[in-house]
Amino acid sequence: MAENRLDTAFRSYETGGFFDEMMDPQGAVRPHYRSFADGFRGMPEGTFEEKRRAVDQAFLRQGITFNVYGDSQGTERVFPFDLVPRIIPADEWERLERGLVQRITALNLFLKDIYGNQSILRDGTIPAEVVLTAKHYRREFVNFKVPKDIYIHICGTDIIRDERGEYLVLEDNGRCPSGVSYVLENRRALKRTFPDLYERCGVRPVEQYPAELLAMLRHIAPVDDPRVVLLTPGPYNAAYFEHSYLARQMGIEIVEGRDLLVKDHRVFMRTTKGQEPVHVIYRRIDDDFLDPTVFRRDSALGVPGLVSAYRAGNVALANSIGTGVADDKVMYYYVPRMIRYYLGEEPLLASVPTYLAGEPKDLPFILDHLDTLVVKAANEAGGYGMLMGPMASAAEREDFRARIQADPRNYVAQPMIALSRHPTFVEPGAFAGRHIDLRPFVLFGEKPVIIPGGLTRVALRPGSRVVNSSQGGGSKETWVLYGDAQEAKAGGQPVDDEPRAPAEESALGEEKRA
Amino acid sequence: MLSRVAHSLYWLTRYVDRAENTARLIDVALQLYLDLRPTAGARGDRWLSLVESSGEEALFRTLHAEVSGLTVTEFLVFQEENPNSILSSLTQARENARMVRDQVSSELWEEINRLYLFIRSPQARALLRDAPYELFQQVKNGALLFQGLMDATLVRNEGWLFMRVGRNLERADKTSRLLDVRHATWPPAGVPAPESQEDLLGWAAVLRSASAWEAYQSLYGTEVSPERVIQILMLSDDFPRSVRFCAREVNEALRSISGAPRDRFTNEAEKLAGRLVAELTFSTVEDLCAQGLHAGIDSLQAKLNAIGEAVFGTYIDQSFRLPGDFELRQQEEQQQQDSPVRDLP
Repeated sequence: MAENRLDTAFRSYETGGFFDEMMDPQGAVRPHYRSFADGFRGMPEGTFEEKRRAVDQAFLRQGITFNVYGDSQGTERVFPFDLVPRIIPADEWERLERGLVQRITALNLFLKDIYGNQSILRDGTIPAEVVLTAKHYRREFVNFKVPKDIYIHICGTDIIRDERGEYLVLEDNGRCPSGVSYVLENRRALKRTFPDLYERCGVRPVEQYPAELLAMLRHIAPVDDPRVVLLTPGPYNAAYFEHSYLARQMGIEIVEGRDLLVKDHRVFMRTTKGQEPVHVIYRRIDDDFLDPTVFRRDSALGVPGLVSAYRAGNVALANSIGTGVADDKVMYYYVPRMIRYYLGEEPLLASVPTYLAGEPKDLPFILDHLDTLVVKAANEAGGYGMLMGPMASAAEREDFRARIQADPRNYVAQPMIALSRHPTFVEPGAFAGRHIDLRPFVLFGEKPVIIPGGLTRVALRPGSRVVNSSQGGGSKETWVLYGDAQEAKAGGQPVDDEPRAPAEESALGEEKRA
Repeated sequence: MLSRVAHSLYWLTRYVDRAENTARLIDVALQLYLDLRPTAGARGDRWLSLVESSGEEALFRTLHAEVSGLTVTEFLVFQEENPNSILSSLTQARENARMVRDQVSSELWEEINRLYLFIRSPQARALLRDAPYELFQQVKNGALLFQGLMDATLVRNEGWLFMRVGRNLERADKTSRLLDVRHATWPPAGVPAPESQEDLLGWAAVLRSASAWEAYQSLYGTEVSPERVIQILMLSDDFPRSVRFCAREVNEALRSISGAPRDRFTNEAEKLAGRLVAELTFSTVEDLCAQGLHAGIDSLQAKLNAIGEAVFGTYIDQSFRLPGDFELRQQEEQQQQDSPVRDLP
C-alpha cells in the first residue's frame, strides 16, 4: 500500500489511536482521500506554507474577521483556516442528509405540537414539566399559528464522530445558527488556492446556499412579492461579517432595529423616501431582544411592536419565536422519542448517550462519575456551564456537584467522546492529527434543503478538543464528493448501515461509557 | 434606501476625503517649512496654524505641551483622541463602510479596509519618521483609488448620490482650508499680493498639495500669482477640487436625489446649496477677498456646514431616541447566539 502513503510531510504522521478521517489504522490513505492525496503529492515542499499565508492575508484584506469581545480597540481576528479539506464520500453524506432531514422534520413537528395541542405531553411521551420549564419555552406563543407551520427554518446541527468513526449528533442549534459564511468564503479561498485539486476530486458545490436561503424566506412570506430583510444586532456583533455577507449575497437589505418601526401591526423600514413595508425578517437577534414591549424592556436592538405585527400575520420571522426550547440539552435527550412519535421511524443518526440529572435514576450515577463524565448546563452555549470531568480539578468538580444538586432539571451528563481527528497543517512542512467536528446547515422551507458539507471546525492545538478561536480553534473546508467519484465506496472503514440503538434507552439503564 | 445606510455612505466618503485632505494639508506645510528657513520662534507658530485650521486647537493643547513639527504631525496623523486625525478619519470611514458593506462593491470595501490596516500598521509609523512624504503619498493614493473605484464600480443609485454629496461637501471645505494655511500673510482686506520669492514658493506649494499645479500651469503658465491661485482653487469651473466645482456637484446630486428641477427647491438642503452655487457663480476673486480672504473662507465653511446639517435633517434624521452608544454596543456584542467560534463538548 506504499503508493497510498503521502511522502515527506506525512512521514511521521500518527493516528494516535483515534479515528482518523484520512488515514486508516495501518497508515494507508482512505479511498475517498486518494484523489486528493495524489494531487497533493506533486506539490513542492513549502508551497503549503506559502499558500496558507496568502489565504490569511486575503481574509484580512477582505475583512473576513470576527470581533473580539470586550476589546475597546475593536480588535478583529481572522478565524484560522486550515487548508487540508475534510472529505466526505457520497454514501456517507447521503446517510447524514437523510438523518438530518428526519431530525429537523421531527423537531418542527415537536415545536408545532408543544405550542399547539401538546399531545406528546398529554400522553406522557415526554414529561410535560420538562418542556414547560425550559428556559426558552415561550408560553406567550401557545396556540399561535406560525407561517406554514415551520418553526426552525435554519438549523445548524453539530455532528461529531467517535472512535469508531460513527457519526453522532452533538446538539441542534435552532436559534439562527451562524458559521455558514465561513463555509462559503472558505470554499472560495480554497478554490483559488488549489483549483486543480478541486477538479480532480469532484466536489459538490455549496454556492447555491444564499439562493436557497432566500427562496426559503420568500416561501414563508405573507404576500406574493415580499420585501425580505436581515435584522442584525449591529456592526459590533461577532457575526456581523456573516450578516452583511448573507444580505449582500441574497440582495436584500440588512437592517438594525432602529431602521424598523411598527404601525397598525405592520412593519416598515425608514428610508430616505419615507417608510416602506417589510414582510419577512431573517433575524439574527435572540428572542429576548426582539421587541422591548414584550420581552426584555431594556432591549436597544429590537423593534417595539414587532411581536404584534408577527401575531397579526403581517410579518414572518425566521427562525420563529420560541425555537430555543429545542436547543435545551435536556430536550436533546428526547429527540429520538420525537422521531418515533411523530414520524414512526427509527432515528437514522445516533446521539451521544445522555444522562439527565433530573431523572432520579441518573442523578446518583452522574454524581458518582463526575471524574469521567462531561456535564453540561441545559441552556448555556459557547462552552459556558460545562465540566470536562477528566480534565477538571477536584474543586471544579465539587462546584458542579453543588450546582447539579441545586438545580437537577438543568444539567445533563455525557461520556467523553474521543472525537475523530484529521490531518492538519501545523508547522512548515508538517501535518498532524487534530480533533474536528461538523456543522451542516439545514434549511426548512417548501422542503428541507441541505448544502453538501458544512462548517468543519478544528482544534488546532495538540490534543485540544476546544475549537474556540481564542484558544486556537479554526475551520476547514468540507468536501462532499459526487456519487460517481472513484473508489468512494471501496474499502476504508466499514460502514455501519444499521440505525444505531438510540442513546436514551441505555442512558437510563446500565452504565455506559466511552 | 434606508436612511441609516444613506447616512453611512455619506460619512464614508466624507471621512475618506477628510483623511486625504489632512494628508495634503500636512504635506503642504512640510514643503513650505522645508523650503523656508524661519527663525526659531516662528517655526512653532506656523505649525500651530495647521492645528487651528482643523479647529482642534484646544484639544491639541490638552495633549501636547510643545508646538513643533513632531507634535503637530503626530496629532494630525496618528492621534486617536483627535477625531479628525488621519487615523481617526480612516477608522470612521471603515466603520461606516462595514455597516454598508452590502451596498458597495467588494473592491471599494477592500480598498478602504486596506487603507485602514495600513494606517494602523507599524510600517505607517516608520514612514512618518523616515519618509513622511511617502506616507502622505500613500494616503492620498489610497483615497484616490477609493474615488476611482467609487466611480468605476458603483451603481448610480441613490446611495451613490449621497456619496457624491458627502465627498464634495468635504472637499469644498478642505480645499478652502488648504488655501487658508497661508492666511497669516494676507491683508485684512483685498486680494493678497505676492510678498516675496519665498511667498510665491508658498503659493506654489498650496497648488501642488491640491493637485492643481499642472492644471494651473496649463492655464496660466509657470508664473505664480496669488490671485490666480485663489481663482483656480475657489472659482474654477473645470478644476475638480475647486470650491465652485464641488458646490455644483453637491447641488446637482441633491437635486437628483429628490428630482427637483434646477430652478426650484424642495427642501432646505437644496435651497442652501442652490444659493451657495449662485454666490460662487456670480463672484470674482475681488469679491471673495473684499472683507479679507480669511473671513471669506470662514463664512464659506459655515455655509457648507449648514448644507450638511440640512441634508441630515431632510433625509437622515430619525424621529426616535437612539440608545446610548455604550448600551447599544454591549447588547450587540451579547448576541452571540451560538457563534462558530466557541467550544466543542
